[in-house]
Amino acid sequence: MSVELDVFVGNTTIMDKEVYQLWLNGYTVNDAVKVRIEGGVMEECEASAEVLLSDTMDQYRTFQMCERLLHHPAKLANQLLFQIPPDRQAMLIERYYAFDDSFVREVLGKKLSKGTKKDLDDVSLKTGITLKSCRRQFDNFKRVFKVVEELKGPLVENIRQHFLLPDQLARDYAAIVFFANNRFETGKKKLLYLTFQDFAFCAGQLINNWTVGAVDNMMEDMDVDLDKEFLQDLKDLKILITDKDLLDQHKSLVCTALRGKTNVFNEMEANFKNLSRGLVNIAAKLINAKDVRDFFIDLVEKFIEPCRSDKWTSIDVNLYLTHYTNSAHILDTFKYYAVWTRTHLHAVVHLMNIRPDV
Amino acid sequence: MPGKLKAKIVAGRHLPIMDRASDLTDAFVEVKFGNTTFKTDVYPKSLNPQWNSEWFKFEVDDEDLQDEPLQITVLDHDTYSANDAIGKVYIDIDPLLCSEAATVISGWLPIYDTIHGIRGEINVLVKVDLFNDLNRFRQSSCGVKFFCTTSIPRCYRAVMVHGFVEELVVNEDPEYQWIDRIRTPRASNEARQRLIFLMSGELQRKIGLKVLEMGGNAVVGYLQCFDLEGESGLVVRAIGTACTLEKISSTLPATATHPSNSSPSKDMKEPGFGEEAPGVPLSSGPPTPLRAQTFSSFSPSKSYSRQSSSSDTELSLTPKTGMGSGGSAGKEAGPLKALLRQQTQSALEQREYPFFPLTAFPPGFLLHVGGVVSARSVKLLDRIHNPDEPETRDAWWEEIRQEIKSHAKALGCQAVVGYSESTSICEEVCILSASGTAAILSSRFMQDGPLDTEHRLSRQPLCVFSTGSERVEGDMGSSASLGFEEVVSPGCGFCHIPYDELNIPFPAQLTYCYCCRRYKVPDVLFTTIDLPTEANVTGKGCLIQARLCRTKKKAQGEGNATVISNLLPFLEYELHTQLMNKLKLRGMNALFGLRIQISIGETMLLGLASATGVYLTALPSPGGIQIAGKTPSDITYEQHISNMQKKINDTIAKNKELYEINPPEVVEEIIGSPIPEPRQRSRLFRSQSESSDEVSELDLSHGKKDAFVLEIDDTDAVEDIHALLTDFPTPAGFYSCNTEIMPGIQNWTSAIQMFTSVRVFRLNASLTSQGLNKIFSDLCENLLKSLYFKLRSMVPCCLCHLNFTVAIPEDELIQVAVTAVAMSFDKEQLLENGKQSGEKTLIKAITENDEQLQFNLELNAETPSPNPLSSPKGLSEVGSHLSARALSVDYSSFADRCSSWIEQLKLKAHTIRRGSVKTTSSMEKASPLPEGRSRSLRSNRSYSGSSVAVVKMTPLSFIPGAKIIKYLGIINMFFIRETTSLREEGGVSGFLHTFIAEVFAMVRAHVAALGGNAVVSYSMKECVFMENPNKNQAQCLINVSGDAVIFVRESELESTSVQTQSATTHTSNGAEGT
Repeated sequence: MSVELDVFVGNTTIMDKEVYQLWLNGYTVNDAVKVRIEGGVMEECEASAEVLLSDTMDQYRTFQMCERLLHHPAKLANQLLFQIPPDRQAMLIERYYAFDDSFVREVLGKKLSKGTKKDLDDVSLKTGITLKSCRRQFDNFKRVFKVVEELKGPLVENIRQHFLLPDQLARDYAAIVFFANNRFETGKKKLLYLTFQDFAFCAGQLINNWTVGAVDNMMEDMDVDLDKEFLQDLKDLKILITDKDLLDQHKSLVCTALRGKTNVFNEMEANFKNLSRGLVNIAAKLINAKDVRDFFIDLVEKFIEPCRSDKWTSIDVNLYLTHYTNSAHILDTFKYYAVWTRTHLHAVVHLMNIRPDV
Repeated sequence: MPGKLKAKIVAGRHLPIMDRASDLTDAFVEVKFGNTTFKTDVYPKSLNPQWNSEWFKFEVDDEDLQDEPLQITVLDHDTYSANDAIGKVYIDIDPLLCSEAATVISGWLPIYDTIHGIRGEINVLVKVDLFNDLNRFRQSSCGVKFFCTTSIPRCYRAVMVHGFVEELVVNEDPEYQWIDRIRTPRASNEARQRLIFLMSGELQRKIGLKVLEMGGNAVVGYLQCFDLEGESGLVVRAIGTACTLEKISSTLPATATHPSNSSPSKDMKEPGFGEEAPGVPLSSGPPTPLRAQTFSSFSPSKSYSRQSSSSDTELSLTPKTGMGSGGSAGKEAGPLKALLRQQTQSALEQREYPFFPLTAFPPGFLLHVGGVVSARSVKLLDRIHNPDEPETRDAWWEEIRQEIKSHAKALGCQAVVGYSESTSICEEVCILSASGTAAILSSRFMQDGPLDTEHRLSRQPLCVFSTGSERVEGDMGSSASLGFEEVVSPGCGFCHIPYDELNIPFPAQLTYCYCCRRYKVPDVLFTTIDLPTEANVTGKGCLIQARLCRTKKKAQGEGNATVISNLLPFLEYELHTQLMNKLKLRGMNALFGLRIQISIGETMLLGLASATGVYLTALPSPGGIQIAGKTPSDITYEQHISNMQKKINDTIAKNKELYEINPPEVVEEIIGSPIPEPRQRSRLFRSQSESSDEVSELDLSHGKKDAFVLEIDDTDAVEDIHALLTDFPTPAGFYSCNTEIMPGIQNWTSAIQMFTSVRVFRLNASLTSQGLNKIFSDLCENLLKSLYFKLRSMVPCCLCHLNFTVAIPEDELIQVAVTAVAMSFDKEQLLENGKQSGEKTLIKAITENDEQLQFNLELNAETPSPNPLSSPKGLSEVGSHLSARALSVDYSSFADRCSSWIEQLKLKAHTIRRGSVKTTSSMEKASPLPEGRSRSLRSNRSYSGSSVAVVKMTPLSFIPGAKIIKYLGIINMFFIRETTSLREEGGVSGFLHTFIAEVFAMVRAHVAALGGNAVVSYSMKECVFMENPNKNQAQCLINVSGDAVIFVRESELESTSVQTQSATTHTSNGAEGT
């Protein structure tokens, strides 16, 4: 004796947020039922395990039927099969595209290819996130990437419009797409202390300042790629370290400005040349794709680590970089203001530094 | 050429990829009507083609317009091979043929394929230019309006009710034709879908013709069914009530409401007199008592006539009933009453069948209810040889209808209301069933009533009933003001027995009505209709189900038919007993909406009876349930029984509390009722005592010891019986019923959720009948439990119109399908009316003052103290009313009433406060129409973001908090879905889930294309599911119907006044005691 068929269809599609989350998390029906029982829903509603199982299966089926539509969220609004109130639709989309920070940290900057997908079971093992959920998140990244890759105009806006995502989530996806496209290395041991949000902030800054779209919104090209011309121009900055006069002048300007404002002034003064060389070298190398990938690791090695070993606080770093940037403007022979301004050095590195100090 | 049909194909979207190479589709469209086909151009390489075609024009007979659907086929163009069909859309043109319905069909309709389901959508425009055809011998019936709604549709009034119409069309089932062996499943399914479309079109046209012949212009309660008889063919049959309807012209809610509010009382009286005493010189002053007595001759009761009962004897009863009952009321009323009786009877008897598939009636139409009448017959199917001569099937139904008619006569009734017909087919055996409620109707609405009445009807807009979305019917207050204090109130009138007390066709206990104390009422009342809105009810109602499963031997042909017909009476008897016991267990005394379904399988018979139990104030309080052992010698056994008894008594007490059944017990002493005291005592006594002598007591009081005593043979049976009787209680916050409305709940919010749930259960062991019973019962209970759980977010809510259908799709499978609507209500405002009739008077008193209170509040709306209790004027007004009433009504303790009154006032105050606060907000929203369209789901968010119009669906005839302003036509759709990749589609559940969702989507899309925003009276009439998991195949047929409507949400202010009025509806003859 068994229930062979069991369906429930409402004119307005009934979706339980809790079950939806369990489904998204990749729980099997039975596991989901267990979680729900522990959650106490049974006592609340005088239900039995049987009822719960039937409900969970039914909901899972509904979600599976909806999944196809969630891949193209715009379709959800004008499909006829499910009558879902708009606020529910928004919830469905937002949750479907939500991701785990620990998961995204694993794949950030990796190529969104089949190969990466095959390795997801390792990721699943490492993060404790179910393989099913990992796949969903990975496929979401890939789907967004594929759609946005070909589109003109601002990246975040494109993502928001095509996937109907809330602003913050759209920004996060922009960061993921940007990282995947430029293949920034983020998985090295030295970078592990950085969270996704740290990278996302950087991505935001880079998108806003270093891409073609950053200069001209109407440009043909997109936000996804770094502005080649700009990278080329960065090479010219080398003068800051190669020209000894300029280097000394720069140093004295910065040190004058910093004197008395920080506890680590001596270290700053001592390290100035080293740090400046590090930064400018990173910038000058960015024209090579390989060095772009190592951008973050280089920054950490050449700049963050020395600062950290000297016990700078983030306030110190911020101060230092602000003056470092500003002073360059005053340099007599430094002609690359435009490029220099666009580096937005202080912002990028500033963020890099928050975590180790906290 | 009386009609020109025009169609334009605009665009497509979300089309499937038909060309793997390009991942695109080269789509074009064929538009076919009758034998004419047009094609659009091919729109190459797109999944969202923009055809923007010319207008395709079909010049056709209106007969064809009624029969044929417009058939739109979307295809993928292929240069080298045959074009691939993507899918089809069938469009029913019928709604466009009626001037008052829709004028254009325009919108996105799902493209449907019987193998793949919905495959994208197509945007079409369809119009019809109809030329007037004055040919008397025409075969078409364009313009006749059809309604699935089983009451007079809101926004119409019934000028005349003509009577029963039925028709039946037969054909060969394409699935069983020889050609089916060589054609694809898709072709076969499409042939079937198309045929059924054609047949239902034809059927509708034929019924329309009958209606025109009768002089009507509409069919209400149109019920169309399919009998898939397999080899022997396909039968489409329909029944309905022919009416002459008149549209209530004003769409403004206020104007529609007020006349109807003030008029019913008058109009119930005046036309009534006209017809009662056409030749008698009576007019306005004295007739009251006479009239009252006239009514005395009729009254209600349970009845359970079976097919087995001989109709001859029952027929012979008829003349007696016609004259009888004078004895009880006596005096000079006799002849007058007889006159009326003859009149109405003759009016009805002229009709072939005085049947009405309606379940709700305009006030004053339903005079008395006799009880349920039903008939069944078992037939052997044979091949339909000539589709043009469906005589055999006609004759079968004829027989059954005759029997129903005679049963009704036996109950002293001339009409049958809430009438329905159904079949159950297994192999070549078919059970035809018909059931209804014997009743006496007022001839006021009848066509052949006295001329004089007709005149009045045509002249007076008063005598007709508007049915706005508010259920305002019958205003008691004005009856008092007119001085008819003693008139039979509609609150109990329908309960009074219609048959002769001395010639009761079945054993029944008669007592004097507990409301009016004048006329006899039965102890229990079973009906198939909805609870009349004016009925006096105590407490709340609940769904009651009797479930039964009986094994039978496998047999073939005639032998099988014999076995089944032998089993049927037992099955029905047991169902009846179970219903009765469960009713008693809940402390209730009447069943409404009773629907008994019997389903046959090869090795078993299933019986499912569903009804809504209520406590009718007019009927006596039910006795308890007594358990009696057959062998009273054993002590432990006795103990066991007494334990059981205690459990049952506890359950009854608990249920009474749950359903708020506290009937007024002191009433009769004050009124000085003529009811013999001892009976009452014994009743009370019986329900508590448990000694052995109550068996004799019972015998005395019931003559037959069927319903109240449970005889038990052995100890085990006790548990079984308890288990069978005691359904799981509904979880807190839930109520359920299978009727349109739940007594005791009025303040519905706008949150509704219609749903369909289907379960199939496999029995894989040979079981005893008892075991089967348990399984079947559990299946239904578990299904209900699941529903409660699913809908928990809507609490407090009521599952209304719970419609269960059972089937035995194959051996060892039981299928249960439920369609219902969950409606939330506002707990805070829950008006506890119906507790005491006295209380109702008080509500009345308050409601009368409502307008003043409201007015005050509106003025105060901006000031921060909107508390109506602080308004001295309102208070004093109400107060004076209270004292006035209190003088006349004094049978219950004053304090009690006072407190309850204050409670009411508080509740009212709350309502009003809400109303006034919301006035401002409702004024901000300029036009109500777009608001109603967009803001219809649960949340109050604006829906501007969605491009798909929200379409509500409900099995009820109304939408809470909204007003139906237009009926756009009937929706009657039939779909077949088949799969050969069952596993890939998520197994049977996945397959059916998708299909049902698709059916909903198609219904919604067609309604939206007609310009509507809701379907009312929606029902899923057929859901035939067949599977073959081994072959990875499944097939399902679904037939749905309903009325497409446009509704407008009432502004909050109006809804308060509606509540006021619905409260009025329940006021009653509290003042009668004096």
